[in-house]
Amino acid sequence: MAFESLSDKLSSIFKKMRGQARLTEKNMEDMLKEIRVALLEADVNYKVVKEFTNNVKEKAIGQDVLSKLNPSQMLVKIVHDELVELLGSDDSEIHYQNNRPTVIMMVGLQGSGKTTSTGKLAYLLKNKLKKKVLLAAGDVYRPAAIDQLDQIAKQVGVDLVNLGTKVSPVEISLKAKEKAFNEHYDVLIIDTAGRLQIDEQLMKELNDIKDAVNPDEILLLIDAMAGQDAVNVANTFNQQLALTGAIMSKLDGDARGGAALSIRHMTGVPIKFSGVGEKLTDLDIFHPDRMADRILGMGDVMTLVEKAQEEMDEKEARRTANKMMSGKFDLNDMLENMRKVQKMGSLGGLLKLIPGMPKISPEQQAAAEKEMRNFEVIINSMTPYERSNPDVFKFSRKQRVANGCGKTLADVNRVLKKYDQMKDMMKQMESYRKSGRMPPGGLGGLGGFGGMGGFPQ
Amino acid sequence: MGLISFLKDKFKKKDAVTETYSKGMERSRKNFSSKLKNLSTRYKEVNQDYFDELEEILIESDVGINFALNIIEEVLNKSEEEGIKDPEKINEILVDKMFVGYASKGDIVNELPFYENTPTVLLVVGVNGVGKTTTIAKLAYRYIKQGKKVMLVAADTFRAGATEQLTVWAERLGIDIATGKQDADPASVAYDGVKKAKENKCDLVIVDTAGRLQTKANLMAELAKIKRVIGKEIEGAPQETFLIIDATTGQNGVVQAKAFADVTNLTGIVITKMDGTSKGGIILAIRDELGVPVRFIGLGEKMEDLQEFDLDKYLYGLCVEED
Ligand SMILES: Nc1nc2c(ncn2[C@@H]2O[C@H](COP(=O)(O)OP(=O)(O)OP(=O)(O)O)[C@@H](O)[C@H]2O)c(=O)[nH]1
Ligand SMILES: [Mg+2]
Repeated sequence: MAFESLSDKLSSIFKKMRGQARLTEKNMEDMLKEIRVALLEADVNYKVVKEFTNNVKEKAIGQDVLSKLNPSQMLVKIVHDELVELLGSDDSEIHYQNNRPTVIMMVGLQGSGKTTSTGKLAYLLKNKLKKKVLLAAGDVYRPAAIDQLDQIAKQVGVDLVNLGTKVSPVEISLKAKEKAFNEHYDVLIIDTAGRLQIDEQLMKELNDIKDAVNPDEILLLIDAMAGQDAVNVANTFNQQLALTGAIMSKLDGDARGGAALSIRHMTGVPIKFSGVGEKLTDLDIFHPDRMADRILGMGDVMTLVEKAQEEMDEKEARRTANKMMSGKFDLNDMLENMRKVQKMGSLGGLLKLIPGMPKISPEQQAAAEKEMRNFEVIINSMTPYERSNPDVFKFSRKQRVANGCGKTLADVNRVLKKYDQMKDMMKQMESYRKSGRMPPGGLGGLGGFGGMGGFPQ
Repeated sequence: MGLISFLKDKFKKKDAVTETYSKGMERSRKNFSSKLKNLSTRYKEVNQDYFDELEEILIESDVGINFALNIIEEVLNKSEEEGIKDPEKINEILVDKMFVGYASKGDIVNELPFYENTPTVLLVVGVNGVGKTTTIAKLAYRYIKQGKKVMLVAADTFRAGATEQLTVWAERLGIDIATGKQDADPASVAYDGVKKAKENKCDLVIVDTAGRLQTKANLMAELAKIKRVIGKEIEGAPQETFLIIDATTGQNGVVQAKAFADVTNLTGIVITKMDGTSKGGIILAIRDELGVPVRFIGLGEKMEDLQEFDLDKYLYGLCVEED
């Protein structure tokens, strides 16, 4: 499955219809087809796709195309805005109680990530919002589920009500609530057993817990990889329990997460958080705009920009860019850039965020990352003089560096070759800049990440 | 129809024909087949609307837009060529096309192979929470019942509580388990476990691994390493590697299968949670694109809840009303 972003596909369709200033039913037909395919590939529910594309069509027909946009861009904008509006909500926060503990209940299918998300939420509440958090281990069915939560509670540093597997989940929840009230906790999070939505016994049990503790929030865990049936799951849970929100897990993978749209569209339940990794720190508030891009297969540009900003303040970025453009780019700069790229996360993860980037296999990723590490070792065993004057390298210097870090001459040559290539690229970019054009693909702005040098061509 | 009946015969098992799938599986296929039935009673003759609805039924079972469009085009062509307008016949053609498409990708033996003097090593992989550990318990149960000496290896040293979870299963099953410390190198736990299985003359050793998203390069490399070190202890092992896929999985399932096939030698898929309302149609797309066959299906949380995959039943159950 080649990674071709929706905007690429649409603009190639658009090429055939140049000069049309208005979106009409006819000229939109092919583009809407592509949008439909994109949404279905993202696992948006069939019926939701149908309604959604109809809405878009109605909104778009007869709209004058903004002077700066071509019709295909215009349509993408309409689709995108519509998605953001649908996904977003004014009600995306947890409602905290002032004078008593806030009770949160986590529900969902098996394997959707409830227990880990319980831990992550506890971490977020404790560390970011300075809340005193209590957990309750209510999954008495899955072998060792309580052990898991016990270990997580210890890692986060919060208390856990653990009554073992012999006590009913309702009783556990009641005891936990009592403790939360008596000992003045701010928040109680109850982990429950995952089961199929059609399992009446589970639904009854969840209802009993709900009746017993009267939670302020009931959050449904949805897996980003979920297929067409996700709406039915959400519908049942919502009808039975009246959900107050959802958490989408596994957004650190490459699933497009169309279920978020389906669920929001069909049930109105707002998505409140996204799970972005296995570590306890990996829970984010939900960003509708990013989710929209992701569902459309347009890459998560914002996340990339933000990540880059965290690591590189703007002034510094501009300084590096200028240095590169002026040709005064040396091995120190290359190394520094490489380190920044590494700090921002895995190369593969980063590349995925850039629209239009080719997909690379995990091996290629690992190879590229390994090469970056090699480069670092090699550059580190050069003298400062050599690093700022890479032109001085002759055989003997190369040999010395190679010996110094236990690499071969060929390895050292590879670093220097890469450096030359990058320098050439910089020069090229400079000429693009002077001529006022950007290189094809529009990735010029990413020149600062020159450290991707190790990326296989 | 010569080819189709030939293939069907080839796939049909002697004993299992009368055996019915458990209640759970019935649910998803009744769902599907009643939709189809409903569809064919509403139409006297097929037309564009009919095919649109067919497309909806297929896509809602997660086979994916490409698979759905291709198969419908094939059916459409045949219906035009041969002037077939009867909805029931059209459904029949649809099932046959899917059957041939699946079956012609190669022979399938569902059961694990066993050898004279070496244990069969089965490596179990998949993304987080799909049911790897539970499936391992189910498979162990199946082969213990067949009189095999089975051992488990808890090479998920990462997730909190994972080793305890598999240990609980081993105790329930009354079999040996090899474990390591939390955060120990999973490859070395796997190596030691397989070695022990060989020494103890086990017939089957099943290695549990931590759930991992296919986008995590380092974790995928770790899996490749686990596979490699097992091969060092027993030549040709792991002879089997199963990818576990959750029936609720959407289009990412194909991406998963590709990525795991890149680092291991995938020999089969077990599709879990088929006791729910999800249809698991992604397995058809996976077979279509990668050729990896489904070997077993999971139909519940207990160790008895595992069945051999039966294509005929799967498709017929999905698509054609039987009474
Ligand atoms: N209904 C149903 N539930 C299942 C099935 N298979 C597994 N489960 C449940 O799914 C949940 C997750 O199963 P695990 O076996 O822990 O999954 P895993 O892949 O080992 O999970 P990680 O090791 O955390 O990645 C448990 O609650 C199981 O009981 C099945 O076929 N049907
Ligand atoms: Mg497991």
